[in-house]
Amino acid sequence: MFTILTRWVPITLCLLIFAGCSSSPTKEGEQEGAEVTEQSTGSSGTYEGTEGAGATTSAASEAGSWSGDPLDDPYSLLATRILYFDFDQSSIGMDNREIIRAHAEYLASNPHVSVRLEGHADERGTREYNLGLGERRANAVRSLLMAEGVADNQIIVISYGEERPASMMNNEESWALNRRVELVY
Amino acid sequence: MKYLLLILFLALSWQPAANAELTIEITEGVEGALPIAVVPFRWQGKTQTTPREDVSAIIQADLHRSGRFKTLPRNDMLAKPASGDEVEFKDWRVLGVENLVVGQIQPNGSKGFIIRFQLFDVFRGEQLTGYSIPTTAGSLRTTAHHIADLIYEQLIGVPGAFATRVAYITSKTEGGNTQVDLRIADADGYSPETIVSSDVPLMSPAWSPDGRKIAYASSEKGSWGIYIQEVYTGRRQKVTAFKGINSAPAWSPDGRKLAMTLSKDGNPDIFVFNMTTRKLRPITRHYAIDTEPSWSPDGRHLVFTSDRGGKPQIYRVPSFGGKAERVTFQNAYNARASYSPDGKLLTLVTREDGRYRIAVLDLASGVMQVLSRGDLDESPSFAPNGSMIIYATKAGRRSVLAAVSVDGRVRQKLALQEGDVREPVWSPLQKN
Repeated sequence: MFTILTRWVPITLCLLIFAGCSSSPTKEGEQEGAEVTEQSTGSSGTYEGTEGAGATTSAASEAGSWSGDPLDDPYSLLATRILYFDFDQSSIGMDNREIIRAHAEYLASNPHVSVRLEGHADERGTREYNLGLGERRANAVRSLLMAEGVADNQIIVISYGEERPASMMNNEESWALNRRVELVY
Repeated sequence: MKYLLLILFLALSWQPAANAELTIEITEGVEGALPIAVVPFRWQGKTQTTPREDVSAIIQADLHRSGRFKTLPRNDMLAKPASGDEVEFKDWRVLGVENLVVGQIQPNGSKGFIIRFQLFDVFRGEQLTGYSIPTTAGSLRTTAHHIADLIYEQLIGVPGAFATRVAYITSKTEGGNTQVDLRIADADGYSPETIVSSDVPLMSPAWSPDGRKIAYASSEKGSWGIYIQEVYTGRRQKVTAFKGINSAPAWSPDGRKLAMTLSKDGNPDIFVFNMTTRKLRPITRHYAIDTEPSWSPDGRHLVFTSDRGGKPQIYRVPSFGGKAERVTFQNAYNARASYSPDGKLLTLVTREDGRYRIAVLDLASGVMQVLSRGDLDESPSFAPNGSMIIYATKAGRRSVLAAVSVDGRVRQKLALQEGDVREPVWSPLQKN
């Protein structure tokens, strides 16, 4: 029951450190996205733990190349772990395809690594239908990953429908942030 | 060990939260509601053993809340008779009261009571009904609701649904952690009890037809499963744990089968699980999202939501499987349908001008009537007597419950003091 929260930590860390690097979910929603996600999952305890890693990050990037795990490279496409979707849609746009390809490449060359795809929907419409919609989105990402050579057993799919919103407001910006698939390593 | 911890956890979370009652206010009532007076019931025992509940006040509140009655305030009563021979009908005719309830409560053994009440037609000066009901201190509220049911049935012609309960989900986010609870309260919002408390999403509670069990979906340990929990013991079992979605449980009218949504074969389809034979029968097999199954009262059909036509619409299929036929044609989004107790209506969520609202569809005529007025209304559930529909709506950013009569004339709001409350489901009629 309690393991879920710890699995959220990587995303939180990523967002806390690299809030500015995440790809923009909507035309105007970028700032809010980072803020809200931070509120909903971050805590001071986890933040402190990341400051050390943050120092390493800047040192490595000054040197011009990344020598650690590619997953930790803040300038890699792999740092983007949230893909956003249009209303009632599960189709994947060109921006997202590039990100998915980067993740696919990483996973294909690291067959021992697995990723969890968490599908989400905004609050409009019924809860069970949205559970299906979240899964459809996660499965769309899964299909692309597999098309790029990722093995089935490296991918776990779960939908949370509208049950785990990233933003709690009832408006278009908030809904755009909630229609998403999160890649959790 | 894990199982033991879970039991302990459930046992700990069993405590009723006294400050979490639902408060109910009627926002609109029926014009020309029936004027009725419920005289305070006279206590015939010693003062120090006076019952802790004001039985007649509970009855009065129930009748008032239904929107069908105009109840006379106690201060306006000219007399407080406790039995038929004390009633002066002209006292009540003067006040325009058409029906009168009088009663008395006697001690019955050390902890029991006997409640006697009579219902009169004031203009004819006749008794319409009268009962003598033994009860206990702990059951006083329930007995009061039963009496309100008897009065309602006598005067309105359909059984009352006051002695019923409502299950619902609450959630509260504090410091980044969300707590999701499954609760049960009396239909008047009193005596709420938490029966499941979780830090992961929990959804789609469904009462068994005997009202003794609730099925729900929970995402514990990172995957969805359908659970059945005994309401009065807290014992529970996991019914399904397939890969993917295990959700939207719906009991067959005979309580032996559970319709559900499973995505184990790649996308959400409807299945029926026979709890006696433990066999699972696929009902739909389509690449679309098929979900939200609900049984017809005769058990012969299931309605469900499917976006096989592009957008979510309601379809009907024989409950043993077969060809699905589309039921809804008005509006581009219709979902989460369920049957009225008489099987003649469906209540569902429909989208109109970008707003999600509760509607009823008359299956014979195909006429759909939108009943609610919110922008994001969801989860409609019929009262077991078919009179009202309870659903979730937004009040500002918060999610609250509301109820509307099937004709759209009576409206109520049910609010918790804090947090969100959603997915209300009305219990079956309590049989005793």
